[in-house]
Amino acid sequence: MPDKKEVKGVIERISGSLVVAGGMEGASMQDVVHIGELGLVGEILEVNGDKASIQVYEETSGLMPGEPVVSMGEPLSVELGPGIIEQFYDGIQRPLELIEKAANSHFISRGISVPALDRSKKWKFEPKVKAGDEVIAGDILGTVQETVVVEHRIMVPNGIKGKVVKIESGEHTIEDVIAVIEDNGKKYNVCMLQRWPVRKPRPVKTRLAPNVPMTTGQRVVDAFFPVALGGTACVPGPFGSGKTVIQHQFAKWAQAQIVVYVGCGERGNEMTDVLLEFPELEDPQSGQPLMKRTTLIANTSNMPVAAREASVYTAITLAEYYRDMGYSVALMADSTSRWAEALREMSGRLEEMPGEEGYPAYLGTRLASFYERAGRCIVNGKDGREGSITVIGAVSPPGGDLSEPVTQNTLRVTKVFWGLDANLAYQRHFPAINWLSSYSLYTERLDAYWNEKFDDQWSGLRVEAMGLLEQEDQLNEVVRLVGIDALSRDERMVMETAKSLREDFLHQNAFHEIDTYASMDKQFKMLRTIVNFHHLGLDALHKGAPMAKLFNLPVREQIARMRYLEESQIDQIDKLDDVIKEQINAIIPVGGDNNAA
Amino acid sequence: MLPREYRTISSLSGPLMMVEKTSDVRYDELVEISLANGEKRRGRVLEIESDRALVQVFEGTSGIDSEDTKVRFVGKVLTLPVAKDMLGRVFNGRGEPIDGGAPLIAEQNLDINGMPMNPFSRDYPSEFIQTGISTIDGLNPMVRGQKLPIFSASGLPHNRMAAQIARQATVISGHEDFAVVFAAMGITFEEASFFMEDFRRTGALQRTVLYINLADDPAIERISTPRIALTAAEYLAFECNMHVVVILTDLTNYCEALREISAARKEVPGRRGYPGYLYTDLATMYERAGRLKGKSGSITQIPILTMPEDDKTHPIPDLTGYITEGQIILSRSLHRQGIYPPVDVMPSLSRLKDKGIGKDKTREDHADLMNQLFAAYARGKEAKELAVILGEGALSDEDKAFAKFSTVFEDKYIRQGEYENRTIQETLELGWNLLTMIPTKELKRIRDAYIEKYLKPLLDKKADNEANS
Repeated sequence: MPDKKEVKGVIERISGSLVVAGGMEGASMQDVVHIGELGLVGEILEVNGDKASIQVYEETSGLMPGEPVVSMGEPLSVELGPGIIEQFYDGIQRPLELIEKAANSHFISRGISVPALDRSKKWKFEPKVKAGDEVIAGDILGTVQETVVVEHRIMVPNGIKGKVVKIESGEHTIEDVIAVIEDNGKKYNVCMLQRWPVRKPRPVKTRLAPNVPMTTGQRVVDAFFPVALGGTACVPGPFGSGKTVIQHQFAKWAQAQIVVYVGCGERGNEMTDVLLEFPELEDPQSGQPLMKRTTLIANTSNMPVAAREASVYTAITLAEYYRDMGYSVALMADSTSRWAEALREMSGRLEEMPGEEGYPAYLGTRLASFYERAGRCIVNGKDGREGSITVIGAVSPPGGDLSEPVTQNTLRVTKVFWGLDANLAYQRHFPAINWLSSYSLYTERLDAYWNEKFDDQWSGLRVEAMGLLEQEDQLNEVVRLVGIDALSRDERMVMETAKSLREDFLHQNAFHEIDTYASMDKQFKMLRTIVNFHHLGLDALHKGAPMAKLFNLPVREQIARMRYLEESQIDQIDKLDDVIKEQINAIIPVGGDNNAA
Repeated sequence: MLPREYRTISSLSGPLMMVEKTSDVRYDELVEISLANGEKRRGRVLEIESDRALVQVFEGTSGIDSEDTKVRFVGKVLTLPVAKDMLGRVFNGRGEPIDGGAPLIAEQNLDINGMPMNPFSRDYPSEFIQTGISTIDGLNPMVRGQKLPIFSASGLPHNRMAAQIARQATVISGHEDFAVVFAAMGITFEEASFFMEDFRRTGALQRTVLYINLADDPAIERISTPRIALTAAEYLAFECNMHVVVILTDLTNYCEALREISAARKEVPGRRGYPGYLYTDLATMYERAGRLKGKSGSITQIPILTMPEDDKTHPIPDLTGYITEGQIILSRSLHRQGIYPPVDVMPSLSRLKDKGIGKDKTREDHADLMNQLFAAYARGKEAKELAVILGEGALSDEDKAFAKFSTVFEDKYIRQGEYENRTIQETLELGWNLLTMIPTKELKRIRDAYIEKYLKPLLDKKADNEANS
């Protein structure tokens, strides 16, 4: 630990969440300070001579010039250790449940100081090394069962290596010394509680290419615009296009071992929804409640704006800590636009020269360095564990206009773009991800993975389905001008299949108990069936089958209802192929070969 | 601490006033200003720099001079006296009674800025509110503790609709304490008296508190009016355990006032000259809606705003839509066709609907029926557009059925009387009846079981009727 130096100054200027303090010589940038008699928490943003500009993470009403400002000589940090999972934190890692107790109110009052992790709780520590072992930073000293599904791995803190001279086992609090490590005669005491500054990425050994998929159970995502483990994705969309529902769906069904969900400047009720729902919902992989692998961070839109800025860093630091243990972590940030607005507000108060739309010129750099903390990697430690952080950020462009700075800067660094479309939302086509404008740069890499699993059929199906949707879009132009009758029979078939893809495959009801999640097996079977009907249908049309009869075959209703089949019944989809064949054959006129009339 | 009085005003500009050589001034505290002619005004501290304080004067700075005007710093933030006796009373935008009645005997004095609700302490809104309007109850159901704005535009009947909701809103489960807090910001006398008259005539006034800031009242006062109303609402909801519906109209005027102050402070403007913190500022009001664990009361908000040039992407409706839990959008084209309430069904949305409807709340089939009606109406409208270009003949039989459905839907389902109070059962039945016009195969959004249970009897009846006639 570096030596802490305490610096004391006084308030000189107050303007909203910005406080300028004088007499702050010796204070460093980004140090945490306590302001005024209430001891409000803030962070130094700018140092100018003996003056320090501070962003305050709490409401500043009632402060006055002359009140003390104390810098603790330490950057804004989070506490790491068992007890993070299942917690519900505010933007600077204060548990909201404890805030409620400390304030004795349903409302958040100011100057409350509560520990991020429970100091009195005892955890059962099981050592994985023994005295005499040589360890390096990142090595696992031992484990603690944090929740039913999460095994918390206590690692050798960064910067420490040497020989284990003592290791404890059994019940301990997070502040008890559980190991002593000796390096060149210097002894380090290690406890379960560790700290890390939020703005500094935690180091890793090597970074890996993102070529393993992270499935989400959402058909339009997994099949068409997949995201890889360690990838970055963004969901921009106007209000009412279902951004938050999609983020919630990812948080629920993403195939990640740990989920960190940060509600940044969004609605309070949404966080309450997650908080009430997640303990009830079952994780399809472990069969345990989703909350057992989730940690929530909430800085709702009415909570102090500066803490909103900190909340995404708090979240990603917690995510990195679990990645270092060797887990795949999914981080959902809703919404990064609010975070950028917090930056803008502070920048305005600091009287910086504004860039585009009043956002500071460093917006792009900040966004990039945030998303760059995602990735799949070999983490520190001798055993070569693999961990990953997948970041999915929602963006709320004003007026749905994607040319605004936050969206543009985000698009430059993220690899997946799920463009939400207000028109689809109006038609209640959810998820309202536009299949024409969205993209994923992981598709090709991940095709290799799925082709192996699905007998080399996957990428062919996907490309064909995408092609049909693209064709439909072009044919729609024709239909709009001259009517549906102007289309050839083949083209009509394309329109029919594209409609089926849209309505029976891409459309997915997040609130339907079965439809809400589809495994890759189910998705593959569904897609194969729809494309199969297309092939057989085209063939039948060529052989002279009447179009109206083909489009109204009873099997089409069965195709439409594939999505409501439970995961245990998806073999029924395979049987549809025979039904399709049989029903189509029945409408082909006898001897009507190559008769297109 | 003794109140401190100064005569050191150094500059005046717009609603702002700079006071020099101050000491011990607190950020955000209340300021009392005495003019030479004895007039008293109030303001609040916006910024402090060493011994200078920037004060925003609520009633405007006209008539204030830098010599004789006295400025007193009160040492506390702006508070509102509250009591249950507020019900049935009319106040101005600063919270002073203007109905000629006795002054309010305060049970508590509350900070009008309130405090943010702890998201951990919130209870999720899930009780369906029946407004008696089909387009809301059936398609965009509202729940207690929700904030659901009405996006209107000049010339549309948003006031009549708001009054209808205030009149009819009830919870199916039973009769509980229900109150309406009404805040008018910069609306005309005519509009304000429409509401007062309507509330008085229908007997709703006894359960209503009105805060009125008229168009000719100081614009700056508008900044506090909604906060005052919400403070009163919080008191009624969480101290007196009442279910409170807060109607705020018109938010556009509020935002204009905010822009005025921001411009006077020479802040870097965001979009269209509105301050960059407009989102946060609006959120501190909208987020005061909700329910709390262990409290039986609730605050439901219905903010009304007029979209400049009917433009939904204008910063005011845009940022509002990002904070509120859905929106009801009014359509000029429906209004022109003489349909009341002219709710534009497609872009309207209630985000909390899924928790408030279904079995034991409204009815099991509600969600599926709602999704199907939306999809069918969308398809019908599309078909109608096509027919305009290509003629009716170009439509397939199915598209014709959908086109016909959308016309009947507008006429029967969307249209209803201003005093027509439909129960949720009536609304649902109406929806199923309309779906009989569409081939059953096309009803992909509805579970088979519900088609069997709710649609089949209607279809059979229809077939019988046709056979008989």
